[in-house]
Amino acid sequence: MATTYRNCPRTGLQFDTAAEKLMRWNAVVGVVFLLVGGIMALFVILTRWPSVKLLPADQFYLVLTAHGVDMLLVWIIFFEMAVLYFCSSTLLRCRLATPKWAWVQFWLMLVGAAIGNYAVLAGESSVMFTSYAPMMASPLFYLGLILFAVGALIGCFVFLGTLVVAKNERTYEGSIPLVTFGALTACIIAIFTIASGAVILIPTFLWSVGILKEIDALMYRVIWWGMGHSSQQINVSAHVAIWYAIAAIAVGAKPLSEKVSRFAYFLYILFLQLACAHHLLSDPGLGSSWKVLNTSYFMYFAVMASMIHGFTVPGAIEAAQRAKGYNNGLFEWLRKAPWGSPAFSGMFISLVSFGFLGGISGVVLGTEQLNMLMHNTFYVPGHFHATVVSGTTLAFMALTYFLVPVLFKRELIAPKLCALQPYVFGISMGVLSLVMMGAGTLGVSRRHWDMAFSGAPFQYEWPGAAYLMMGLTGIFGVIAVIGGAMFCLLIVGSLLWGKKLDEGKVTTERTPFPPNTVAANVSGHGDAEHASVPGTVVLAMLLLVSFVLYYFVNWKYLSEVWGLS
Amino acid sequence: MSAILPPADRLWWKQPIGKQEWMWIGLAFTWAMIMFVMMIYWHINGKQNLSTETYKSTPEMFAAKAEKFIAENTVRTETDQNIPVVKANDKGEVYLTASLWKWWPILELEKGKTYKVHLFSMDYNHGFSLQPTNINIQVVPGYEHVVKMTPTQSGTFAIVCNEFCGIGHHSMLGRIYVK
Repeated sequence: MATTYRNCPRTGLQFDTAAEKLMRWNAVVGVVFLLVGGIMALFVILTRWPSVKLLPADQFYLVLTAHGVDMLLVWIIFFEMAVLYFCSSTLLRCRLATPKWAWVQFWLMLVGAAIGNYAVLAGESSVMFTSYAPMMASPLFYLGLILFAVGALIGCFVFLGTLVVAKNERTYEGSIPLVTFGALTACIIAIFTIASGAVILIPTFLWSVGILKEIDALMYRVIWWGMGHSSQQINVSAHVAIWYAIAAIAVGAKPLSEKVSRFAYFLYILFLQLACAHHLLSDPGLGSSWKVLNTSYFMYFAVMASMIHGFTVPGAIEAAQRAKGYNNGLFEWLRKAPWGSPAFSGMFISLVSFGFLGGISGVVLGTEQLNMLMHNTFYVPGHFHATVVSGTTLAFMALTYFLVPVLFKRELIAPKLCALQPYVFGISMGVLSLVMMGAGTLGVSRRHWDMAFSGAPFQYEWPGAAYLMMGLTGIFGVIAVIGGAMFCLLIVGSLLWGKKLDEGKVTTERTPFPPNTVAANVSGHGDAEHASVPGTVVLAMLLLVSFVLYYFVNWKYLSEVWGLS
Repeated sequence: MSAILPPADRLWWKQPIGKQEWMWIGLAFTWAMIMFVMMIYWHINGKQNLSTETYKSTPEMFAAKAEKFIAENTVRTETDQNIPVVKANDKGEVYLTASLWKWWPILELEKGKTYKVHLFSMDYNHGFSLQPTNINIQVVPGYEHVVKMTPTQSGTFAIVCNEFCGIGHHSMLGRIYVK
């Protein structure tokens, strides 16, 4: 069957029609699992809200496991498959390598996710997303995850194959676009992640069916986190790529410097996965120097990379806005940004939340000694709701708003609600992560059904402030669930009932990068290099000052606890 | 030169980097080094560093030591479950066992003294979370972790289990008295 291409009349992007179908299906299934995970989130939040406490303990741990698996793995990786295909075949204007294998990816992941969900919902596998051995889930749980991971691995190789196709067929000149480079970073990290997953999940599966006798509990933790944390590093790379993409699409931003941005990605490839150690800082059996070197991504080089992206993304937006004449004062460029476009607002809220809330808290949490103040407390989910939800999920939502007319050829329904949704979701999720971290600072445990310890031989009364924080967690959690539900309804509604848009011409001829479209116009106009970005400098300094203060406040806290040596 | 298109300048790596970016890269690098050195500094001068003294062990081996310790050092029992309240032995050692779903026994320590706390899990992963002080240590089955602790406040402290360990997880509450 010959490859056919469709030129989007609105953006000038060219889609391989086979790849396009795959992107649509991966994204749609991702959103369906987002919906499932969101329903679970509502049950989780209504149970942890002390004055509501909806579910009994067994059901609580069941929905919490499902929430973790569906959100952290299924929704995000399905969406990332769509992103990988988009960043390769669409951005490089070439055909997708082996679409048939890409369908194998899709079906394996779908079957794996379905089996995994069945195993959890059947009640035999309430072991949390981390499934620490020797706590055993049903074999189906591990089997589902393995099938899912194999599917994702195939997707990674389809992406790499497509890069080769583009190179061989000379569909672009020079280097791949920055966004594709970011996707490549995500892909490389994904392969490491899946390899770690295979190394630990396959023996664990064999153990669950009785073939292996024992899985060492500490070894399990070390290798499992090679998958568990690295899978979140795929997200970081992917959503930073999406920030650059949306900045380019929404305001025509050009990277301040290709060299700096690509170098920052390169640091991700080298160092980001070492962060698996973040979860092992309060473990026995691992040496201090191992902990220090790994938890700091070998001297914080990946943190440096994120700080660079945190500067260059808003910097690129500022330069583009100033070039349009928004030059008054420090922040006119920001005030006059397209805040009514959900793609832009979602992206910007994602950027700010990830930097200020997720980034800073992550580094503090990942400092060897400071970790003892927060390990396994509610601070941990507080932190990763700021990174994975406010950061990744919100960036993916923002990109989806852009993709509905382009990829699905539908107009968004209820544009005012669409414009509102990133604010509802982003702000409530930001506050939610803050109050969760607040509760964690006061010691409240994560994955814990009952703050009142019913059935314990004696009592411990949490401070009143902890109950206040948990109450606020309940309130803002429910608002965040509403924000998430708005997204699912608006997107599904648009796909079903949105006005059909002109899909453009479908031909068997590949067209090169066209000169006169929105997407292409932002290139070739000289350079944004050395544009002055004073507003971004101020924002970046604000981040650094908050970072330094919060970092040392925590050392102060640590110096006040019992002596440990 | 848009991020979604190939760089317009094929020799993009030859373009100089702007001043503001250099400044930020410099600041980020400096901050990274400060944070890295801070952890090492705390190992030298800080008073809160987690011990790495760990032994592979089995439930039988640890239980034998822990039961002997309890038998020799119990000062009284508390609650209707008769949980022993145990003082440190003359070497300043205490044994604390985590199992489904209890911390055993209750410990009685003195402020300002340094103890070697032997932590062990008989079954699943558990989490030693000392409240309201807020010190959190992972307890991994198969590994006996010897943590040196120096209480700095007196009072009654709770040990919350903060690693999910099954249906009774929330009822797993231990106690430490500090005089």
